[in-house]
Amino acid sequence: MQQSSTTFRTENLSVFYGAYEAVKNISLTFPDKSVTALIGPSGCGKSTFLRSLNRMNDEISQAVIKGKIWIGGEDINDPSTDVIQLRQKIGMVWQKPNPFYKSIYENIAFGPKYHGVKNKKELDQIVESSLRKAALWDEVKDRLKQSALSLSGGQQQRLCIARALSVNPGILLLDEPASALDPVSTSKVEELIVELKKELSIVIVTHNMQQAARISDYTAYFYLGTLMEHNDTEVIFTNPANAMTQEYISGRFG
Amino acid sequence: MKAIDERPVGIADNPRPGRFKKHHMEDFAGRSYTTICAILLIVIILSIVYFVASKGLATFFKDGVSFSEFLFGSKWDPDGNHGEPQFGVMPFIFGSFATSILAAVIASPLSICASLFMTEIVPGWGKKLLQPVIELLAGIPSVVYGFVGLTVIVPALRDMFPGQGIGIAAGSIVLSVMILPTITSIGTDALSSLPRGLKESSYALGATRWQTIYRVILPTVLPSILTGVVLGMARAFGEALAVQMVIGNAPHIPRSLFESASTLTSVITLDMGNTVMGTAHSNALWSMALALMFMTFIFVVIVRLLERRNRI
Amino acid sequence: MKAKAADKIATAIIVVFSLFIVAVLLGLLGFILYRGLSHISWHFLTSVPQTIREGGGIGPQLFNSLFLLVLTLIITIPLGLGAGIYMAEYAKPGKITGAIRLVVEVLSSFPSIVVGLFGLLLIVNTFGFGFSLFSGALVLTIFNLPLMVRITEQAFRSVPKEQKEAGLALGLSKWKIITSVLFPVALPSIVTGTVLAAGRVFGEAAALLFTAGMSTPRLDFTNWNPLSPTSPINPFRPAETLAVHIWKINSEGIAPDAAEIAAGASAVLVILVLVFNLFARWFGNLLYKIMTASKRMG
Repeated sequence: MQQSSTTFRTENLSVFYGAYEAVKNISLTFPDKSVTALIGPSGCGKSTFLRSLNRMNDEISQAVIKGKIWIGGEDINDPSTDVIQLRQKIGMVWQKPNPFYKSIYENIAFGPKYHGVKNKKELDQIVESSLRKAALWDEVKDRLKQSALSLSGGQQQRLCIARALSVNPGILLLDEPASALDPVSTSKVEELIVELKKELSIVIVTHNMQQAARISDYTAYFYLGTLMEHNDTEVIFTNPANAMTQEYISGRFG
Repeated sequence: MKAIDERPVGIADNPRPGRFKKHHMEDFAGRSYTTICAILLIVIILSIVYFVASKGLATFFKDGVSFSEFLFGSKWDPDGNHGEPQFGVMPFIFGSFATSILAAVIASPLSICASLFMTEIVPGWGKKLLQPVIELLAGIPSVVYGFVGLTVIVPALRDMFPGQGIGIAAGSIVLSVMILPTITSIGTDALSSLPRGLKESSYALGATRWQTIYRVILPTVLPSILTGVVLGMARAFGEALAVQMVIGNAPHIPRSLFESASTLTSVITLDMGNTVMGTAHSNALWSMALALMFMTFIFVVIVRLLERRNRI
Repeated sequence: MKAKAADKIATAIIVVFSLFIVAVLLGLLGFILYRGLSHISWHFLTSVPQTIREGGGIGPQLFNSLFLLVLTLIITIPLGLGAGIYMAEYAKPGKITGAIRLVVEVLSSFPSIVVGLFGLLLIVNTFGFGFSLFSGALVLTIFNLPLMVRITEQAFRSVPKEQKEAGLALGLSKWKIITSVLFPVALPSIVTGTVLAAGRVFGEAAALLFTAGMSTPRLDFTNWNPLSPTSPINPFRPAETLAVHIWKINSEGIAPDAAEIAAGASAVLVILVLVFNLFARWFGNLLYKIMTASKRMG
């Protein structure tokens, strides 16, 4: 497997919910400007793993995280890490679109405003460029003052991606971003991911094998909290080393 | 946007340098503010308990009234108008329990019927009709209930039964209307959160609606309904003005429901303004307030026990 | 069929009892409005009460009730919001949270007369605020606070947790998320709840007998100096509210038209509570539209 750099990787990462070990000792590298897909049957720990990459599991009081997550030369699990600043640099989008109960414009402008952009012109620019990157600009440019909740599910999801991009992250975490969407919206989101990886490293959890095969460069197969196999997507889907991976991707279980 | 290798995602590059970052200050301020508000609640309750108890216990420790004389004595003559001052509050304790228990006895069947009406009989418009009715009944101020009791219920009872119309019966009727919303809303919540399968399996066995309600639904929601009844009784026990207006305020145990009586709250309401702080009479009123507070704790404990049973 | 007959009888009883409750409310409202409305006039609403002559009004009492309500809300809202937000967003499950929850429960079941006595002892006497609007407002705050805390906590808890996650992922501070993301969504429920609670405060009398007092000084409505004893807006003067006034004239009123005045005042009180109810719902929905740029769902 080729590694272009080692900016973003986990080292012996484990996540416990009480006595239950949801993620077991995983070391995984996410190369720059590429898409890594996390696949595996439900409950295999891939979402928990994803949520620990921006320390979202901090919000669950009984979750205990062990191991290291390196971004550049720093371990984000270190107690001295400023979690709030950290999260600004790691965007996240969930399965269910969760736009703020605000206008379309406010949804995008809210983050940059908080992080210190005061100038109205500059904000307008960020809103436009974020929406353009999310391929939503043309659909909403005449109704920016309308509620984000008036958009369709697919549009809401792209708005959430645009919102994540608005604070200029270097990494984007996607938790089954298309599983609640119709086929047309799904393909739009997939195109978007392929487009975005030119600028960011993307980690995506997905249940959809075809989706993983279409958009990802690398694929990691999880089973019961363990990383079973990790390789170039092409290798995983054509010639997996592990028999279980073979069975899962061909749909025989999971 | 710059590419990731040109702009490494190092987490130490702080756009706003300085020891105190804006978001940390904000979080600190917010957490402090809300925590202080929460602590204030605890301070309030502790000081209420402390002050009421310190005043209320003075009757026993300073004025030398014995505990049993206070609780079980039936003579109330705190200023000694007929010889030695007497501090027996049994008649008022009796009045408080009698009115609140009777109120619960009247209100419970009505409330349960109303809850069933809204959830089982006509779930659609039943709720649309009764929900606002219940909310409005809950919103009417207690002095208005007292006023209506005084001008409608007391004369009606006077016409129907021997006596003046005032008394425990009038008090209970007024209180029953006041606690009806409490019992009904808790009962309705419990009934509407029942799983669908519970009823359907009973209907599938060929049971009628009433058999289903009686044998399946009511036993399941009984702890919740009892919670509502206890909360209703707690409200009735602590209600002061509405009861005071219709009960007659005579300081003895009545021989019938239609004879003038008193409750703990009605005596406090009437006497507190006419006593001097620190006298034995005043302290006795504080002891009654302490008794009311103690009953509140008992009611809360019962509600907690019922809720625990409900969870299993 | 015995079971079928029992079913019919039971259904009939349930329906009759339920309609009886409706009849009780209609009877109550009808009686109060029928007896009271005829007595309500501009003169009645604005003039001062008379002790022994006919023709007394409820002007100062009405003003006192409204002013006291405003004072109470000014104190209650920041405290209730703070404690409610603490319970919904900061409190971790554990002993302390359990204790606060118990405190809220006990405080909300305390008889209002006991809270009033506490106010008499601590606020009126020990702190020396005397029988005054301010003492009354503090006592009503204690009376109202548990409800405010519950309303706030529930309103915040009902905001979908995905909203919070979205804010966290953008690198917002927790407090910023609470104030700018969650609060606008929770606000309509908080406002509705607060106005309904305000209706309760408006009708409360027992806690006020020994704190705000049972009398009102002669007020000069042209005097707006808040420190003058005859100024209506002086918060440190005694003030008899409308609810207290109703109680007083029923128990010791000697004016020949005491019954009519009680009826008229009751009608005013009930109408105001009704207005509070309707306003709460309408304003809550309106706010939801403004705050979230959308229609209320569910």
